[in-house]
Amino acid sequence: MVATTENNVATAQVTKGRSPWADARRRFFRNKAAVFGLLLLVIVTLFALFGGFLAQWSNEELDYNVMGQVAELGGPSIASGHYFGTDDLGRDLFARTVQGTQISLAVGVVGALIAIVVGTLYGATAGYVGGRVDGIMMRLVDILMAIPYMFVLILLLVMYGRSITMLFVGVGLISWMDMSRIVRGQTLSLKGREYVEAARATGVSAPVIILRHIVPNLAGVIIVYATLLVPLMILTESFISFLGLGVQEPLTSLGALIAEGAGTISYGTVWQLAFPLLFFVLTLFGFFFVGDGLRDALDPKDR
Amino acid sequence: MSTLLSVRDLRVTFPITRAGDMPWTAPRPLRAVNGVSFDLEPGQTLGVVGESGCGKSTMARGLINMVPATGQVLWEGKTDLIPLSPRAMKPYRAQIQMIFQDPLASLNPRMTVGRIIAEPLLTHRPDLSAEDRRKRVDAMMERVGLLPQMINRYPHEFSGGQCQRIGIARALVVEPKLLICDEPVSALDVSIQAQVVDLLKELQRDLGLAMIFIAHDLSVVKNISHDVMVLYLGRVMEKAPRRTLYADPQHPYTQALLSAVPVPDPVIERAKGIIPLDGDMPSPMAPPSGCVFRTRCPRAQADCAQIVPSVQGGDHVVACLHPGPVQEAETV
Amino acid sequence: MALLEIDNLSVTFDGEDGPVHAVNDLSLSIDRGQTLGIVGESGSGKSQTAFAVMGLLAPNGRTSGSVRFDGQEILGIGHKGMNQLRARRIAMIFQDPMTSLNPYMRISDQMAEVLTLHKGMSKRDAVAESVRMLDAVRIPAASERIRLYPHEFSGGMRQRVMIAMSLLCRPDLLIADEPTTALDVTVQAQIMELLNDLQREFGMATVLITHDLGVVAGFCERVVVMYGGRVMEKAPVDPLFAQPTHPYTRGLLGAVPRVDDEDAIMTAIPGNPPNMAGAPEGCPFRPRCAYAALDCSVMPPLVSFDGDRARACHRPIAEVAA
Repeated sequence: MVATTENNVATAQVTKGRSPWADARRRFFRNKAAVFGLLLLVIVTLFALFGGFLAQWSNEELDYNVMGQVAELGGPSIASGHYFGTDDLGRDLFARTVQGTQISLAVGVVGALIAIVVGTLYGATAGYVGGRVDGIMMRLVDILMAIPYMFVLILLLVMYGRSITMLFVGVGLISWMDMSRIVRGQTLSLKGREYVEAARATGVSAPVIILRHIVPNLAGVIIVYATLLVPLMILTESFISFLGLGVQEPLTSLGALIAEGAGTISYGTVWQLAFPLLFFVLTLFGFFFVGDGLRDALDPKDR
Repeated sequence: MSTLLSVRDLRVTFPITRAGDMPWTAPRPLRAVNGVSFDLEPGQTLGVVGESGCGKSTMARGLINMVPATGQVLWEGKTDLIPLSPRAMKPYRAQIQMIFQDPLASLNPRMTVGRIIAEPLLTHRPDLSAEDRRKRVDAMMERVGLLPQMINRYPHEFSGGQCQRIGIARALVVEPKLLICDEPVSALDVSIQAQVVDLLKELQRDLGLAMIFIAHDLSVVKNISHDVMVLYLGRVMEKAPRRTLYADPQHPYTQALLSAVPVPDPVIERAKGIIPLDGDMPSPMAPPSGCVFRTRCPRAQADCAQIVPSVQGGDHVVACLHPGPVQEAETV
Repeated sequence: MALLEIDNLSVTFDGEDGPVHAVNDLSLSIDRGQTLGIVGESGSGKSQTAFAVMGLLAPNGRTSGSVRFDGQEILGIGHKGMNQLRARRIAMIFQDPMTSLNPYMRISDQMAEVLTLHKGMSKRDAVAESVRMLDAVRIPAASERIRLYPHEFSGGMRQRVMIAMSLLCRPDLLIADEPTTALDVTVQAQIMELLNDLQREFGMATVLITHDLGVVAGFCERVVVMYGGRVMEKAPVDPLFAQPTHPYTRGLLGAVPRVDDEDAIMTAIPGNPPNMAGAPEGCPFRPRCAYAALDCSVMPPLVSFDGDRARACHRPIAEVAA
């Protein structure tokens, strides 16, 4: 494991080090499940980004040919241009799935990003400063966590109307709290490490220590948790949409599509549930596999 | 030359709150360091020896305000470091550097060697250009026996001895006057220990460094110290110039420590007597009255429980009411 | 017949970057009641040798060669056979006693379990015997302290408990892997004295694995010096220390700090510890050896001399020991 170079290397060339990141990357790509997960995510992302160009219909257009006879005529077909069929109103399900995937991914990624930035800084600060500051900061998180967030979120959506911004705000408000707790716990253990002590002894200021010595060594934990947080955010959004409080028509999300599909399944329009659900499941699987792979790659201790 | 560091009655006390204590219950004091005094001249090494829990590492951290301490730590006869704010302390941090016990753990695994060694420069010499910084790092690496072309490597690619060299380079790159070495060779292989000790001695000679060298037994310290101080439960037991301490130890604890070091010679090792210490070290939360060593001392008498032995004296300080050479009956 | 006889033992680990040869071609033997020291630094393979004998290697470790205990081959006899042997006839103590003590069980239950399981004793007899054994390792007030949990003991006391537990079934062989490395010197001295006394009292053969030549000097009759997974030198303790014949043994002796001699200085061995993943061909000590020459790129055989001594070095004794 330790690649000690001989002291008598004659070349005066500066050798490049094998960074812990490169090691992790190597381990990640050796993990088949993780690579498969990454592949899934790439496919889903490409679908979300470029699927719109393949669509024959926009997500708002109603196909008057199939209206009223969706169960008979609205099924998936290449000929009609409705690759995934149509929804109950005759709108192209392919275009709507592309659009829903976009929203769902955006919600997940934005939620995770907020968690990474706010949660990491909040948790690392509380953990590193410690003492009373830590006590106050973490009690605040406890109090916020004690509030039933789903209730608050629903209340917000009802009060201020349904909008994507509102959804992002709501998801962001809740996503950072778990992250800050995890980061704080890890920071407490890192704080006692000798290299942090060495930096303190030499007079490096607290913010610099947090950014230079604590956060990079937390990166593994943060990335893994963030990867697992994305599907959780997607699930949350889906749940809200399922309740009918999510994004507003004509925009949609995977959750909303699944809700519609589930509602109409008794009419024999299975595709209305199947296609959104397929993408939903693929996305979640992708993130979970990648998250697991990252955890193994970044934390080789348990192997 | 004036005394570099003059420490008087250094004390470090941690308030300990037990689980289940009510918020208004006064925390109990844990006296980790209890009245340590010494002087250190430029270019000299003070060896600090004691078993785990004796407060030797805490003492080092108390000296440089890493833990709250009381007493006086006079730097170059002018400034008392104890009351300084973190901001006022900063210039002194460049002059007092530290190396640590676990060589690998004291290096940030996500930073390259070059960045690790450059960090004190970034902190204390922000005026330097990147190029100047690089030059100093290169020179320092060479000085401690590392190849400058390894500058972009990561700590995990080095052996323990090399990691300790990196730690030394980081400490010395800002040209400190005092280097505190907290058990710098305890975690290293025997054949590597001597390398690091030799390097430290050489650097001391060339740079006129003063050192405080902490160790858990008396063997390594002997090769590097000018004076040796023995600690037990946060108190000084004996302090003397090196030759005096090894040739003529007066305190029973020093004698016990010396007798316990195994000698790599079967004839001597089998024949030598050790002074057995009964039981365990008492908790620093509830130290014994009088002399703290009396509960395990082969020489303890009734007065040891009443009187705290004074730590006064000239060159050779012995905190014992009944000092003297080892007696036959004490060894087994 | 020797109690434990190891012939050409090799231990290889399948690492991420290819195989790591932890132990190469190791042969040694120990008679009943003997004390043998295996001395080496990190990467010498001394601990892996013990783990291989005990059948405790990590899952990616492979062994070859032969290990005979009391005439019976025990290398690769599987968990069941090894478990029988481990408890009753071979015992092992480790550097950190907490790794082998259950923190949630009273010492009395842990010790008695060994006896009820392997000797079929009743619980009451087993506890009584355990108390006797704790007395033997000089734990004060043993009959009361046996009811405590492991964390309520200090490091030295915990090691005593470990030793008592390992001796419960009166094993023929005790393997002590760095038993005092984590302890303070004064405690180390106590534990080594205790092991010395117990060894005389119980008469078990003892293998002491350590990096500390001083500890070996006081305890062992015979010594094996290992470096980079290979035996460098084997000898009875007195001649080994009086006249080491291998450059590594000499270097190691010179590097030990001594308190008994006013003028003794530590002499470093230059270079870095062996890197097992990319070990060089030939003698593993070659990169650090002052006597190294071209022929050292071929591993020198372990050659016997003076009856019971052996060394693996191409240089003649006269040249190295001068």
